[in-house]
Amino acid sequence: MPSNVQAQVEKKLYLNRYRVDAGRPHIKIKDANVCATRCTAQQCVVCCPAGCWSSESGRVSLITDGCLECGTCRIICDEFHNVDWDYPRGGFGILYKFG
Amino acid sequence: MSEKFDVIVVGAGPAGNAAAYTLAKAGINVLQIERGEYPGSKNVQGAILYADALERLIPDFRDSAPLERHIIEQRMWVLAEDSYIGGHYRSAEFARPPHNRYTIIRARFDKWFSDQVQKAGALLLCETTVKALLRDVQGKVIGVEVDREDGRIYADAVILADGANSLVATRAGLRQDIRAETAALAVKEVIFLPKETVDARFNLSGQEGAVIEMLGSISQGMVGTGFLYTNKDSISIGIGCMLSDLKRQHLTPVELLERMKAHPAIAPLIAGGEPREYAAHLIPEGGYDALPQLYGEGWMLVGDSAGFVNAVHREGSNLAMTSGQMAAETLIELLREKRPATAANLACYRARLDASFVMKDLKKYRRLPETLDRQRQFINDYPALLNQAAHTMLRVDGVDKRHKEKEIFNAFRERRSLLGLLGDAYQLWRATR
Ligand SMILES: Cc1cc2nc3c(=O)[nH]c(=O)nc-3n(C[C@H](O)[C@H](O)[C@H](O)COP(=O)(O)OP(=O)(O)OC[C@H]3O[C@@H](n4cnc5c(N)ncnc54)[C@H](O)[C@@H]3O)c2cc1C
Ligand code: SF4
Ligand code: SF4
Repeated sequence: MPSNVQAQVEKKLYLNRYRVDAGRPHIKIKDANVCATRCTAQQCVVCCPAGCWSSESGRVSLITDGCLECGTCRIICDEFHNVDWDYPRGGFGILYKFG
Repeated sequence: MSEKFDVIVVGAGPAGNAAAYTLAKAGINVLQIERGEYPGSKNVQGAILYADALERLIPDFRDSAPLERHIIEQRMWVLAEDSYIGGHYRSAEFARPPHNRYTIIRARFDKWFSDQVQKAGALLLCETTVKALLRDVQGKVIGVEVDREDGRIYADAVILADGANSLVATRAGLRQDIRAETAALAVKEVIFLPKETVDARFNLSGQEGAVIEMLGSISQGMVGTGFLYTNKDSISIGIGCMLSDLKRQHLTPVELLERMKAHPAIAPLIAGGEPREYAAHLIPEGGYDALPQLYGEGWMLVGDSAGFVNAVHREGSNLAMTSGQMAAETLIELLREKRPATAANLACYRARLDASFVMKDLKKYRRLPETLDRQRQFINDYPALLNQAAHTMLRVDGVDKRHKEKEIFNAFRERRSLLGLLGDAYQLWRATR
């Protein structure tokens, strides 16, 4: 993702309230090699509304702190089913004030 | 916790709240489980509240519910790159109480609704995620497992109101997962402006509100729609597109939203405002043909987890409430007659739905998702053509009007053959009939 878009996303996420479950990401990549070697589209990087997914020279990484818990990455990885997705523990994660 | 309840409701959105409220009012011992810190903390909506569905549950809701504005004007815009064509419907009738539609802010509304549920006697457990369903040896659902110590809780029946992703039902194999072809991602922002500014920009006073539904160039060729709703002292603005389209292109959802906000028809409406929240949520838009099995041994699906969304009319919360109420009424009848919640006995839930607007409306539009997906001209060509037509007709430049009509007709024919135009009219008619 271009850096100006990344900055736009971060500015937006900064407005939100979260209770981060430190050290316990609720979404994981099952097999990083699949992302790096087999998935050419890497659509999770484009489609995640919170910019949690990034790709650097083909290797995909995920930081779930800003996650909006929408489920998009879970659904669109439909070729390799490589996303291990769960809700955060009860009470953690995004806390919408307005919604 | 190894208690036993009559009914467990998973989720405290409109579907779960309607179900728990109806059950509790009838004196049934109901436990409601919500993963958020408070009801609404995970929930996103435009949001328009349709009074009718709520009124059937809580007739005097207007006295205490946190309502933003009652809607007196509805605008429908078809946008091209730097123009829009559309219609506005404003009526003094809409300004007279009792009002028919309101804008709301979901986090506040869900909290209020949940208060009513608890006052009616239901027990609410927040900050608790349901991980799985418990079943007996025959496979009947007999309770849930939650992410707390000794997290097994039992009940005669479980109502799943856990929303669009419906992980609980999917993991239990009660339904297929939603797919990129049947779900849309919507992103949304709440932008604050002084009430007087909102009033002036939309020609409103008091608690009057206006809403705009949009389609066309803003979805960048994808099947999708945008919205802009007035709240008391803020504006909700958002855009949603089908996941199957989103994954094929290269724009991020944030860029989509920012481009929409920069459209010359939209930018002045939100200018100077202060964004205070950014949200994203899925909408199950598969319609009638994507509906899963809705009930089984000891369980029922309601609201978004059942896929009850009318995407054409942007209705979801009302279908959620009505289906929640109907699921509850089905159980109340069974519990009173001391009959078990078997699949055979729960079939009345489906019958109730079939007789109501929920299924009738979903059936009416069953062909539309497929039509829009296959017939891209409705998204790619017509918005631009309509805007171009208006531009040609309205621009005074010395060309006579008959000539202009011809020019417009030719523009349509250039992009769609005559047969194509007729075919399109037929397709659209068939899909919405
Ligand atoms: C951007 C947008 C705009 C919309 N605009 C409109 C509109 O203007 N009008 C309209 O009527 N509809 C609209 N809809 C649709 C409407 O929001 C939904 O149809 C409605 O919220 C569905 O209600 P629900 O109770 O089924 O699900 P939800 O409101 O999603 O509630 C599900 C609840 O279950 C909880 N939950 C989920 N999993 C678990 C678990 N495992 N354990 C415990 N709790 C769990 C969640 O935290 C949540 O509180 C819109 C939707 C979106 C995304
Ligand atoms: S879409 Fe799936 S497989 Fe492809 S990069 Fe993303 S997580 Fe990996
Ligand atoms: S759930 Fe949504 S916000 Fe969270 S990482 Fe996946 S796509 Fe991004």
